[in-house]
Amino acid sequence: MSEQHTPLWEVFIRSRNGMSHRHAGSIHAADAEMALQAARDVYTRRGEGLSIWVVPSAAIIASDPSEKDMMFEPTGDKIYRHPTFYEIPEEVGNM
Amino acid sequence: MANDLFTYTMRLADDAAILSQRLAGWCGHASHLEEDIALTNIALDQIGCARLLYAYAGEIEGKGRDEDALCFNRNEREFTNLLLLEQPNDDFAYAIVRQFFYSAYVLLFWQALKSSKDERLAGIAAKAEKEAAYHLRHSAEWVVRLGDGTEESRSRIEEAIEFLWMYTGEMFEMDEVATALAEQGIAVDAAAIKPAWNKSINEVFARADLSVPTGTWMQTGGRNGEHSEHLGHVLAPMQYLQRAYPGLVW
Amino acid sequence: MYTQSLNTAVQRDGAEEDPQKLAAFQAKIDREEKIEPNDWMPAAYRKTLIRQISQHAHSEIVGMLPEGNWITRAPSLKRKAALLAKVQDEGGHGLYLYSAAETLGISREEMVEQLHTGKAKYSSIFNYPTLNWADVGAVGWLVDGAAIMNQIPLCRCSYGPYARAMIRICKEESFHQRQGYELLLTMMKGSEDQRQMVQDAVNRLWWPALMMFGPSDKDSVNTADSMRWKIKRFTNDELRQKFVDATVPQAEVLGITLPDPDLRFDEESGHYVYGEPNWEEFYNSIKGNGICNKQRLKDRVKAHTDGAWVREAALAYARKERERREAGKQAAE
Repeated sequence: MSEQHTPLWEVFIRSRNGMSHRHAGSIHAADAEMALQAARDVYTRRGEGLSIWVVPSAAIIASDPSEKDMMFEPTGDKIYRHPTFYEIPEEVGNM
Repeated sequence: MANDLFTYTMRLADDAAILSQRLAGWCGHASHLEEDIALTNIALDQIGCARLLYAYAGEIEGKGRDEDALCFNRNEREFTNLLLLEQPNDDFAYAIVRQFFYSAYVLLFWQALKSSKDERLAGIAAKAEKEAAYHLRHSAEWVVRLGDGTEESRSRIEEAIEFLWMYTGEMFEMDEVATALAEQGIAVDAAAIKPAWNKSINEVFARADLSVPTGTWMQTGGRNGEHSEHLGHVLAPMQYLQRAYPGLVW
Repeated sequence: MYTQSLNTAVQRDGAEEDPQKLAAFQAKIDREEKIEPNDWMPAAYRKTLIRQISQHAHSEIVGMLPEGNWITRAPSLKRKAALLAKVQDEGGHGLYLYSAAETLGISREEMVEQLHTGKAKYSSIFNYPTLNWADVGAVGWLVDGAAIMNQIPLCRCSYGPYARAMIRICKEESFHQRQGYELLLTMMKGSEDQRQMVQDAVNRLWWPALMMFGPSDKDSVNTADSMRWKIKRFTNDELRQKFVDATVPQAEVLGITLPDPDLRFDEESGHYVYGEPNWEEFYNSIKGNGICNKQRLKDRVKAHTDGAWVREAALAYARKERERREAGKQAAE
C-alpha cells in the first residue's frame, strides 16, 4: 500500500515588524495547527521570525509562465510611472 | 540554607538534564522530519535550562564543580530528577504523554518561581517559562491528535497515560527542603499548583475524550535518589567519556 | 550538510524535445537566468534535478545517523547542545531539499520510498562508522568541509528552488565545520589519549572525505549535461583539489598527519599533489557493501515504519475535524 500523502504548506515569515512576510519554504503537516508549529520549529530556529503565515500549497493560484509576455511586458514601456521620469531643478532638493 | 538551595537547584537541573537526554534519543528517529526537528528543539531548551541550573548550583556549593562535573560525575543515587522524566521512549505516545504531564506542571512551576526571592532562580524561571509554554502547546496538540486519531493511536496513548500516571504525584510533593525554602519565599509551593495542573490535564483530555486515570497510588523516591532501573541506563552512555577519561577537557 | 557527485545524469528518453523550446531554454541558462518550477524545461533536466536533489536530501537524512550515534554520549553539555543542533540542522536541510525536489513534481513520500527500497542513492560517506568521539569533530571538519566545497557553487545552480535552498543551507551550516575543527583542536590540546583519538578519526575519514567529490573526471562521463545546464559548475577533480588545498594547512595547524604518503606541495602548480583514493572501496560502498550501509537503511526504515501510526493519527484527526466543521456548518444553515 502506498502511503497517504500529508498535505504541503507554504511558510511565510515576517522577520521583524515593519517588514512584510516573505516566503521561507515549505513543510508537510496534517492540519493548520500542526503546520504552524512545524513552520515555527523548522524555519525560526535562529530567531528569524516574529510572525508566521502558513498557507496550503494547493490554495495558491499562480500565473502561467507561458503567459509572461501578456502579463508583464505591457508595463515595460510605462516609464512615466517611475519618479526618475520627471526632471526637477536641483535647487529643489529631494522630492 | 545554602545546602537546601543547592539541593533544590540540583533537582531542577537533573530534571532538565535527564529529560533532554531522553528527548535527544529521538533525533534522527522520529516519525517524520517536522517532528524530529520539533522534539530536538525541546531537547535543546532542556539542555540550556540544565546548564544554567547546574552552573548556579555549582556556585552555591562553592567547591569548584562546574556544570559538567555535576552532570557527568554523579552516581544514580545522587541524581534527584523526577521518576517521570527517566521513563523510556517506549513509543511516541510515551514520549508525548511524559512531555505533556511534565510541561503542564513545569509551566505552572516556572510561573510561580518567577517571583522567587532568589534572583537567579527567578531569572532562570522567566526564561524557562516561555519555553515550557510552547512545549505544553506542542505536546497537548499531539495528545489530542493521538487520542482522537485512529483506533491504534488511541489505544497507544491510553496505555501510555495509564502507565505514566503513577509518576505524576511526585511533582507536587513538598519535603523538608522544599518546605523550608518555600517558607523563605524562595521555592515554589508545588502542592498548591496541583489543582491548576489537574484543570489543564482535564481540559486537554476532554478535547480528545480521554479519561484521567482513577489510580491514586503514586510512586515516589526520585528526589531522594531512589529511582527506577532506567536511570542507570540513561547515565551510562551519558557519562561514559567523562568516566573513562577523568578530568579532561572536551 | 552533504552532497556528493554521484551518477546524476539520466538516460535520454526516446522522445525528442522541441528544438525551439530547447534553444530558448539553453539561452536563458546561458544568460544566467534562473529556471522556476512552472517554466518549460526539458524532461532530462527535470529528471537530473529530481535525482540530484533527492539524493542530496537523502544524504542529509541518512547523515543524521553517524553523528546522532554520539548524541547521548557527548562528553559535555555544551558539546551535546552543539551536536544536537547540528544533527537537527541536517534534518532541516533534508527537509528544504525535499521541498525543492517537490516543486519538480515528485512527492516526499515517493522519494522516501525510493530511499527505503534502495532505488535512490545517498552519499557514500555515511556508510562509514563513527567510532570515537573525535569522529564527531572529524565529520564536521572534513565531511562538512568537503560538502561546503560542493555546495557553494550550487547556490548559483540554474534551478531557482534548489539554489534558494542551498543559500539557506550554506548560511545555516557555516557553524558546522568550525565547531568540528574547534572540537578537534580542544582534544589536541588535551591528553595523549585524546590526540590519538583525533589521529585515528582523521586516518579513517580522510580518504572517504576525498571520495565525496565523486569519481575522477577521467572516469566520470556524466558531467557534460550538468555543466551545460549550470547545475554543476566545477568538475569533481577541480572541487577535490580545492578541498585538499584548503585542508592540508588546517591539518598542520591541528598537528595531525594526513594518511597519504604521496601528499606534497607542488611549487610549480601552487597546489598540493595527493595520492589515488581507493575507488574500489568507493564503488563498493555505493553498491551497498559499506560496513554501515545495511544498518543505516534499516534505521531509516524502522523510524519510518514505527512512526506510521503517528502520521496516520494526525491525518485521521485532521479528517475528523474537517468533517465536524462541515457538519457544524450544515447544522447552522
